[in-house]
Amino acid sequence: MSIDKTTYMISDKGSLGRNAMIVGALFLVISAAGWFMDSPQFFSSYLVAYIFWLTFALGGLFFTLVNHLFGSQWNIVMRRFTEATMYSFPLLAVLFIPILFGMHDLYHWTHEDVVANDAILTAKAGYLNVTFFTIRAAVYFTIWFFISRTLYNLSLKQDKNPDDKIILRMKQISAPGMILYALTSTFAAFDWLMSLEPHWFSTIYGLYVFAGSFLAVLCFVILFGLNLRKKGYLTDIFTVEHYHDLAKLVFSFIVFWGYMSFSQYFLIWYANIPEETIWYLVRWENGWYVISLIIIFGHFVFPFLGLLLRAAKRSFAWLKFLAIWILVMHYIDMFWLIKPALSHGNGPHFNWMDFTTLIGIGGLFIWNFWNNFTSNPILPIGERRLEASSKFKV
Amino acid sequence: MMDNKNVLAVLAEFKTPADLIHAAEKVNKEGYKKYDCHSPFPIHGMDDAMGEKRSPLGYMVGIVAFLSAAGMWFFQYWTSAVDYPLVLSGKPLFSYQAFGVAAWAIMVLSSAATALIGMLVLNGLPRFHHPLFYSDNFTKKVNDDGFFVSIEAHDPKFNPDETKSFLESIGGTNVELVVPDDEG
Repeated sequence: MSIDKTTYMISDKGSLGRNAMIVGALFLVISAAGWFMDSPQFFSSYLVAYIFWLTFALGGLFFTLVNHLFGSQWNIVMRRFTEATMYSFPLLAVLFIPILFGMHDLYHWTHEDVVANDAILTAKAGYLNVTFFTIRAAVYFTIWFFISRTLYNLSLKQDKNPDDKIILRMKQISAPGMILYALTSTFAAFDWLMSLEPHWFSTIYGLYVFAGSFLAVLCFVILFGLNLRKKGYLTDIFTVEHYHDLAKLVFSFIVFWGYMSFSQYFLIWYANIPEETIWYLVRWENGWYVISLIIIFGHFVFPFLGLLLRAAKRSFAWLKFLAIWILVMHYIDMFWLIKPALSHGNGPHFNWMDFTTLIGIGGLFIWNFWNNFTSNPILPIGERRLEASSKFKV
Repeated sequence: MMDNKNVLAVLAEFKTPADLIHAAEKVNKEGYKKYDCHSPFPIHGMDDAMGEKRSPLGYMVGIVAFLSAAGMWFFQYWTSAVDYPLVLSGKPLFSYQAFGVAAWAIMVLSSAATALIGMLVLNGLPRFHHPLFYSDNFTKKVNDDGFFVSIEAHDPKFNPDETKSFLESIGGTNVELVVPDDEG
């Protein structure tokens, strides 16, 4: 792997992309065997792994949108990272197809006999039915794909033709894009995750998933940036000041995540109505309390304390460790959201299919990311604020 | 010749923010401690140029935040589970979930108050007067287009004549000895 100093193109892509694709495809084939052996297990594992990787793309889309909207400078040196992350919706749309096949195993509101004998589900059938569910999924992917493609193409156009009109155009796309993003990501969380338990509802649920997805992409940028840095790339452009700011964002969204999860829990705890508390009850009984406690302390308390000090936010070794830690916690969080709804009273259990689907989808995701990243300059070289961005100080 | 005993500080003016930064570096390097830079707006890199240590304010706020959150939490435990046990909406007496909200609010309030008061105290504020206000040049320009370095008389290295010539040697203009002015 080497880089051209004038075009900032990685001229030798190396084997990372190809290896990721081979590993990903191999693990998906192995997982597909599980589909035939134990399809309920396969689909629950697949959904956890799929949502985990989807959150990176959604977080990347949000990061790009919000920075265009605010006209921020500090993030320009890492804009290609998040652009390459968000430009994965075509792949994710294809990988969504197995979930459509698994709807019968995953979502019990698809069982006509269950719905017919259940007044609440009958009343919800106008929204929760297979046709509308599929149409909505198609709408979400279309919106995400068009916003991300438009912004990515504008950014690439800027490389050849540095024109301030492009910066304005990015803003104009991002403002309505942000509204669409908020609506689609919220409803996607409702459809794909919350409807696993169709009697239960929480209006804050979409924000909870969003908080996790923004954390995921921040940790991804930190890890990928540090990896490039170790190999000697962008060392004087993507500096400790940028990592400091990323760490501050991670810290604030750790707090935001905690705030969302506590708000959801607190209102339900206070009202103490059985149809609401059931959601927390199944996440406490049969050993699930262990996972719940791991999430409270591992997803909130530890990263909160770990990022309080300025020195901690500026230490590469510590940031790398915490980014990996938070990603592991994010996976456990997604596991905790999905699995108890499907485990029918069984305790937490990590199946081999959880592992193979995670690596399988992840491999294809990394392959797609690496392809996007290496096909274009790794910095937005036509951006007139790039110089200022690289000299940014906290 | 002026009576040097009355001199409160030496003041020098610089043309641009960049000049001010370089001047600050030189004054710092020369070993002066009781000096300050004045500009109409914040200048990036000034803290480093002046060799300023980081403010202890963050640690003060952090300690207060933890103590007040823990204190408020404990206080609620004491009132509702020890001193006057009262069952509310069928919840246990020690309902730590509910205590979190008030503990959080008190933490935010006390941290904000500490940050504000601590900032004022560390800056030596509030005060009614400052010797530099005796200088007409300073009061006229410092909020508009003047960039100043002042070295105060109680600096151990301070000597009116030497300090004045030092500030002139590093490019200061309108160098003046600040003396009390009875007219104002």
